[in-house]
This record gives sequence, C-alpha cells and structure tokens, in this order.
Amino acid sequence: MESCDCIDPPWPGDELLMKYQYISDFFIALAYFSIPLELIYFVKKSAVFPYRWVLVQFGAFIVLCGATHLINLWTFGMHSRNVEVVMTTAKVLTAVVSCVTALMLVHIIPDLLSVKTRELFLKNKAAELDREMGLIRTQEETGRHVRMLTHEIRSTLDRHTILKTTLIELGRTLSLEECALWMPTRTGLELQLSYTLRQQNPVGFTIPIQHPVINQVFSSNRAVKISPNCPVARLRPLAGKYMPGEVVAVRVPLLHLSNFQINDWPELSTKRYALMVLMLPSDSARQWHVHELELVEVVADQVAVALSHAAILEESMRARDLLMEQNVALDLARREAETAVRARNDFLAVMNHEMRTPMHAIIALSSLLQETELTPEQRLMVEAILKSSSLLATLINDVLDLSRLEDGSLQLENGTFNLHALFREVLYLIKPIASVKKLFVSSSLAPDLPEFAVGDEKRLMQIMLNVVGNAVKFSNEGNISIFAFIAKSESLRDSRAPDFFPVHSDNHFYLRVQVKDSGAGIDPQDISKLFTKFAQCQSLAARNSGGSGLGLAICKRFVNLMGGHIWIESEGLGKGSTAVFIVKLGIPEYSNESKLPFFPKVSANHCQTNFPGLKVLVMDDNGVSRSVTKGLLVHLGCDVTTVSSADDCLRVVSQEHNVVFLDVCMPGVDGYEVAIRIHEKFTTCRQGPLLVALMGNTDRVTKENYLRVGINGVVLKPVSVDKMRCVLSEVLEHRFLFETC
Amino acid sequence: MDGVVQLQRQLLDYTTQLFQEGFLNDQFTQLQQLQDETNPDFVVEVVSLFFEDSERLLNELANTLDQQSIDFRKVDSHVHQLKGSSSSIGAQRVQNVCIAFRNFCDAQNTEGCLKCLQQVKNEYALVKNKLETLFQLEQQILAAGGSIPM
Repeated sequence: MESCDCIDPPWPGDELLMKYQYISDFFIALAYFSIPLELIYFVKKSAVFPYRWVLVQFGAFIVLCGATHLINLWTFGMHSRNVEVVMTTAKVLTAVVSCVTALMLVHIIPDLLSVKTRELFLKNKAAELDREMGLIRTQEETGRHVRMLTHEIRSTLDRHTILKTTLIELGRTLSLEECALWMPTRTGLELQLSYTLRQQNPVGFTIPIQHPVINQVFSSNRAVKISPNCPVARLRPLAGKYMPGEVVAVRVPLLHLSNFQINDWPELSTKRYALMVLMLPSDSARQWHVHELELVEVVADQVAVALSHAAILEESMRARDLLMEQNVALDLARREAETAVRARNDFLAVMNHEMRTPMHAIIALSSLLQETELTPEQRLMVEAILKSSSLLATLINDVLDLSRLEDGSLQLENGTFNLHALFREVLYLIKPIASVKKLFVSSSLAPDLPEFAVGDEKRLMQIMLNVVGNAVKFSNEGNISIFAFIAKSESLRDSRAPDFFPVHSDNHFYLRVQVKDSGAGIDPQDISKLFTKFAQCQSLAARNSGGSGLGLAICKRFVNLMGGHIWIESEGLGKGSTAVFIVKLGIPEYSNESKLPFFPKVSANHCQTNFPGLKVLVMDDNGVSRSVTKGLLVHLGCDVTTVSSADDCLRVVSQEHNVVFLDVCMPGVDGYEVAIRIHEKFTTCRQGPLLVALMGNTDRVTKENYLRVGINGVVLKPVSVDKMRCVLSEVLEHRFLFETC
Repeated sequence: MDGVVQLQRQLLDYTTQLFQEGFLNDQFTQLQQLQDETNPDFVVEVVSLFFEDSERLLNELANTLDQQSIDFRKVDSHVHQLKGSSSSIGAQRVQNVCIAFRNFCDAQNTEGCLKCLQQVKNEYALVKNKLETLFQLEQQILAAGGSIPM
C-alpha cells in the first residue's frame, strides 16, 4: 500500500477526535443532502417562486458540499488515489459552484429583501383600503338611512306626521334614548317642547330662547354637541347611575312663504328656528360619530323642506277656501244686484206707464181743447198748458233716462234749433211764476251768439229751466238775470273745473250761460253737495218743500254729456248765487229754418200733409194692428197693401212699392232677415222700396243693427197720424229716419 | 136739437171718463181721427176686429194654461199678440195687464199666469162693455141726426 506523503498518519491518541469528526462529517453530509431535498419539495409545493435558478445553484452548491464532506469520510483512513481524485474533483466543483453562488447572491439578496419591503407596503395598503371600505360602507349606510328617513318624512304633507315620523325614524336609526323637538312660540321669545319620542303628550313647557347654548346651536348649521345639563336636554329624570348619554342639538329652519326668493335659496332670510335635541342612551359608552352627526344635519334640512312644503300647502288650501267663500259671497251679491236692477227697471217701466197715461190724457185733451172755440187769453193759457205738459212728459221720460244715464246708455238727440227762441221760451215759461213772487227776470244774449245751433234742444231747455227755476225757487225778492255768450278759451279753463278740457274745433262753439239771483245764497260748504242726487241742503230744505233734489244732478249729467261743465258760485248765505254752465254746441252748416227736429211739436208742423198715390206695403201679423196702420196710411192718402207674414211680404213686394212697413216684433220672424231678403230681391242698380221698421219697445241695440241691415227707418208703436205723416215725410225726403224715444 | 146736444155732451163726458179711468189712451183718439167721410166706420171695424181677435186669443190662452205641462212660449206669443192688438186700438188697461202677464210667462210662474189671465179677461170684458156703450151713444146721436164730435 502506498501511503501519500501529503497526509501525516494521525497520531494514535486522536482516534476519539477522528471518530467525532467522522460522525460530524456524516451528519453534515446528511444535512447537506436533505436541505435541497426539502427545498425542492417545498418549492414544488408552492405555486410561485421566482428564483428557481438560485435554488438550483444553491442546491448544487449544497449537494457538492455534502458530497465533499461525504467523501471526506473516506479520507480519514487510508485511501486510494481514485478517492483522492474524486475528492479533489468534488472540492473543485464545490469551489466553483460556491463562488458562483456567492457572486449570484450579491445580486439576489437585495432583490429578496425588496420583496419583503414590497410585501410590507402591500400589507399597509390593504389595511388602508380596508379602512376606506369601512368608511364608504358607513357612508352608504348613512345615505340609505337618510333616504329612508327622507322618504318617510316627505311621504306626507301633514306637519305633525312629518315631525313625529322624523323623531321616530331618527330614534330607530341612531338608537337614541330620547329625541325632542322644540318649536318657537308665536311671540318668538320662547321655545316650547312640541314633540318627543318616548313621551306621548309632552308637557308644553317652555324655555326662553335667549340661552347661550341655544344661540350657539342656532348660529351654525351643524349638529352641535351640547351638555346634558342644558335645559333643552333635561327632559327626563336621570335613570342611569352613570353618565347620561351624549346630547347633540341641531337647528331646523322654519321657512315662511315670503322667504322663498328665486335667487337666494333660504340660507339667511329665515330667522325662525326650531331645535331638535337627540340623546344617546345613557350608560352606554357610545359616542357621536361624525357620520351620525352628518346624518342628523341632513335630516334636519330635509325636515325643514318638508315643513315648508306643508306650510305652503296649508297656506294655499286656506287661500283657496277663502277665495271660494269670497266667490260665493260675490255671486250672491251679484245676483242681489241684478235682482235689484231688474226690480228697479220693472218699477220704472210700470211707473212710466202709469205716469204717461194721465200725461197723455192732459196732452190729448188740451189739444182737443185747442181745437174748440177759445178766447185769445184762453188760447194762450191752453198753449202754456200744452207746452208745460209736453215738458212734463219729457221729464217723465227723463226719470227713465236717469237710470239710463247711470248705465251710460243715454244719448243726446242732436238737431238744429233756434237758440234765441229757446231763451225766449224759457223766459216765457218762467215769467208767470216769477211775477207771482214779484221777481224781475231779465236776459241778455251776446250779440255774437248765433241764432241757430246744433245740439239737444229738449235737454238744453231742461237744463235752463232747472237752473232758472232754482234761481226763482230760492229767491224771495230781487231780480234774476240771465247772461248768455260764447265762451272764449281763457274763460273756459276754470280752476273750479280741473278736469274740464275744452277741445276747440271749427264747427263748434262753447255756450256759457250765467244765471244770477239775489236770493238766499248757499253756504260754501254745501256747494259740493248740490249736484249729488237726492241731497238737499238743510237750510233750503227747511224752507222749501217739494223737489226731490234730482234736478241739478240730472243737469250736471246732461251738461257733461254735452261736453261741458256746470257749477254754482255763492258768496254765502243771503248773498245770492250765480249758476254757470258751459256746453258745447255745434254750428249748423246752413241756417235753414225749415230744418226742424223730427220730434213732432204740437205747435209747428212742416211735414207734408198728404201722400197721394204713395204705394205702401204693410207687414204685420196682428190683425188689429195691421188695420190700424192701414187706416192711418189710407187717411194720409196712400195706396196700401197688407200682408200678414214674412213669406207673403217677400212674395208681394215689388218695384212699385215705395215704402214697406215691417212689424219687427212678430214672434218667430227675424226682422233683419226679412230686410236682408227684401234687399236681395232688389240687388239691381235700381233701388228697392224704403224699409221702415215698426217696433213696440225701445231697444237701442237693435236700432243700430237695423241700420246696418239697410233699414231706412225705425218707428215706435203706437203711431199717431201726425207721427205717421212726419215719418213718411222724413223718410221720403232724406231716405233716413230714426225715431228716438 | 137739445137732445142731440145733450147726447153729444154725454158722449164727450163718457169719453173723457174713459180716458181718465185709463181704459183708453191717446191711440184711440188717433183712430178716431182716421175716421172720415171716406172711411166712416173705421173705428167700429177696427174695434170689432179687436173683439174677435181677443176672444180667440183668450180662448187659446185658457186652453194652453189648462194643460198638464204648460207651453210658456205659446202662452207668451198669444199674450204678445193680445198686447199688440190692445195697444193698437189704445185699450190701455188690457195692454198693461198683458205686460205683467208677459213677465210671469218669462218667469214661468203658472199661478201668476192664471191670475193674469183672469185679470185680462176682466179688463177685456170691461173695455168691451165700455166701447159698446160708446158705440151705442154714437149710434143714438147719428140716429138723432147729429154728428159725432171729434
């Protein structure tokens, strides 16, 4: 056996040491072989392991180390050269691998370390996300609670239900011990406990509103934690032994209708708040969390909105009820007014008839009297009676007119008349009465006053008579003077007539009449009452009976209708008075004396007396009325044909007829239609007959309509001989006639 | 002659009375004016026509108002006719009642209408009586050789 010189034979005493080395090497080898096995096993088990290369290297390194140690076992004794070679190879390999591994580890270990850092980082992130998730979840919960609460609150418009529901839901959501709502009293100086959660009927006890805690709560729109000892929080006796639960208070804005401006949604415009107090259960360690506080704030706002809706609804219901009541009342008032007006009209109509009958008797009999043999004085007297009675008839008409004056439906009947003659007549009528009272009446007309004027003669006469009559009535001595002249522009504008604006035009002039008397005079403060209907001054009424006080009121209305103004001046009691009026009259285009007004005067009659050969067609369904009209026309010399229906009329009417009288009060027949159809029959250039409508009532509206339909004239029944005469005259002469009533 | 004058005066008085009591109005006077030589019986003719017409209308009215369900429009048209006739000859009081009658018709007031019908009948009877008396007086005057004063 060769022995290598490299190794000295071990000293015999170290066999124990050798044994131990032997065993240790054996175990190291074992360990070195099992470690990679374990590694491989576990790596295989794990799904992901990025550094397999490293493991392989490491494994190789360990295996080779193990191999080295294993081979070492053989080198303790005598060993052959092969073993030595193997040992060397193994060692070399091991050296190579371990160096390579060492080099590799330099790169790898920082990586491994960083993995660790990343792991730590990720863990932190996960924890953070968890926290945020928790937060979001809580918020979502809160949101859900709020939505549910809002839904509950807003599902009713009843104030009490809203508030009760709020408290209940809040109590449930937040598990509160007690929840209370304090509302401000009407005076606004105190808060009154209105609703609580646990107690059914809270005792209405109040707290003054000026408390620092309350002010603090009201000044912010957040939920504020307050002390449980605060008076608003002390609702029930402390039940627990330990600390009472935390209390939070929040303001609830109470909005009024007037707070809703379009542009600034209520933040600052409201001043009234209610206070909601929420208490956590006592003896629990619960605290108010932020999200709970937010929930409370949101709910408070929603409650405010819901309350305001309820308030608006209440308001609008109340307004609607009020309106309905008012409507009913107005309706009733309107119906009453209508009834009153109808009653008045009926009364007037009937009274008119009653008054007209004796009037007609007087007029008829006086005219009959006139035809008999009379002495000249008697004749004068009878003429005066006739004139007065026709004036009285006019007055009676005017009583009816007054109601129409008020309705505004009266119109003046303008015509050309002799102005000078009018004044003469007035004087003539007044002189007898005046001379009885020993008053002297004089009149002076300005030289430039035209002789003829266009206006409503009847009514002007009435005004004159009224004014002069008043002068006579209220004077017991002295004289009465009447001045009449054309008013120039300066004198027209009077401070007493601030709303009288005279409009000048070429064919009009303003007549100014002043009637001065030296009589009783009028107290200046009574002057304003003079022109009011039915009002009479005390002093005058006492002295003079008679007269309903209508006279001046009617005068004023007529004067106003004539575009003028009337007033009375007086310096005081006992100093006489002057009545002045200004009216607008037209200047006639031609002073034609024969152009007299249509209204038949008893004295003057310029109508054609006979119409020989005039062919007239009369349409009237009433037999009596028809024969009367026929008789009238025959008396006037006409050649009369009569028909009793519209169809007959249309059949019979021809070019030969000069005038057709249509009774338009036939029931079931439309007067307009007949007129239109007659016109249609004569649409050739030659004109058809003149159409005159006979009407029984004085309906102003239909008159205008008839004009439009082409009827040449309207006459009111009953028709007298004179009237018929004048009707025919006018219509034939002017192809136009409208009788006014 | 004396008798004639007396009769004439009687006639005048009677006529005046009729006017005063409101049985007749101015319209009647107009009718009388239409009577002349060419038309000597005008008034009598017209008045007879009036009597016929009115009697017919009054019968119609009585029938119409007797129905279970009253046709107020028909009633109104009859009354309108009667009103027209009476106003044409100047029968004042009949005319007035007709006006009131029409109002009741508008209001569809059965009781009122019946009352008015009664009234109209009365007034008509009265005026007929008066007119017949008047005509009799006129006949007497004419028979005695006088002329009727206008």
